Amino acid sequence: MAVKEITGAEFEEEVIKSDVPVIVDFKAEWCGPCKVLKSTVEEIAGERADVKVVSVDIDEEEDLVDEYEVFSIPCLVAFKGGSEVGRSIGLASKSEIYGALGL
Amino acid sequence: MIYDVLIIGAGPAGMTAAIYARRAGKSVLVLEAKGYGGQIIKTPDIENYPVEPGISGYDFATRLYEQTKALGAEFVFERAEGIVDGNVKKVKTPEGEYGAKSVIIATGSESRPLGVEGETALIGRGVSYCATCDGNFFRNKAVAVVGGGNTALEDALYMADIAETVYLIHRRDSFRGEEATAELLRRRENVKILYNSTVTELIADRRLRQIVVTDKEGVKTTLDVRGLFVAVGRIPENRAFENVIELDGAGWASSGENCRTKTPGVFVAGDNRSKDVRQLVTATADGAVAATEALKYIASL
Repeated sequence: MAVKEITGAEFEEEVIKSDVPVIVDFKAEWCGPCKVLKSTVEEIAGERADVKVVSVDIDEEEDLVDEYEVFSIPCLVAFKGGSEVGRSIGLASKSEIYGALGL
Repeated sequence: MIYDVLIIGAGPAGMTAAIYARRAGKSVLVLEAKGYGGQIIKTPDIENYPVEPGISGYDFATRLYEQTKALGAEFVFERAEGIVDGNVKKVKTPEGEYGAKSVIIATGSESRPLGVEGETALIGRGVSYCATCDGNFFRNKAVAVVGGGNTALEDALYMADIAETVYLIHRRDSFRGEEATAELLRRRENVKILYNSTVTELIADRRLRQIVVTDKEGVKTTLDVRGLFVAVGRIPENRAFENVIELDGAGWASSGENCRTKTPGVFVAGDNRSKDVRQLVTATADGAVAATEALKYIASL
């Protein structure tokens, strides 16, 4: 399932105020591992109706990168009730990602 | 289903082996723990592989993946955790077990950690093993690079263009890497080289704030750095398969150019194999050789 790319302006509405848990995929166009991980992220979006999955382009959204202290990509951050509950950094299998994100 | 050839690792070696085995009409399963491509996907531009200079590592890996899939190789993204030898060899993953007549181990290598307390928890929070991947997050900040080989020297030079200050920390009094690169570093005003020194402590809250460096006299210096790039070599991913392959002192899989191991029907290909030159072209070459040897083995059954 395709993953919606969001901007910093949409972050509050799409992530912080979301009623369901959200996975944010911090990625960049120049990042090979991020592009390899994309198919896994799309698979998660397709199989988990109870979770919202969105992506953020780190080159466009420096404020979000600073606020959430992203220093390495690919970086998946899980949010529940507006707070971070888990993080998965680097390439990983789907089961490793679920484990790291606590979902 | 019993596969003819089961390949562990979807990097250039493993996928090339899959191409050769499929073109010989064999059934092929590729098991991959993380994502296709292996280490090459972190390379921005490949300049030393025949035919297409400048292709990105991601594009190279993606085209190889598509080529392999189009030939009918099956891919499963699960981590191989061990091999049980037998007439049918069994490869175990957390999710299940797969049977095959032959197995090619093409697991490559991973970055060697420094082994300093707290290092793993700070990965992605200041500690990194890939300057070209993560360097941009440290624009105009102070960073440290640890190591003395070519990767460390090149990482330090790459970071010198991005970071405010680069401390290059090496445990010996001279570099193992190329002198030409070392000389370029010595000429950079924002690069400070600390010889005979090791990183002994990481100071962090949610992110890395400082590192403590200890020299050979035992003198400790605290440096304010936001990023720590570790380039102290690589570790082959062979440990799960020690029962079927022989490892040399450093953990590389002992094997000649024929990619055979001590276990008939089990082969090794690519960076995890003991060899002198670890390059993209030698990885793909290993894949071809290992697959050809696997075909010979299957024919002998």
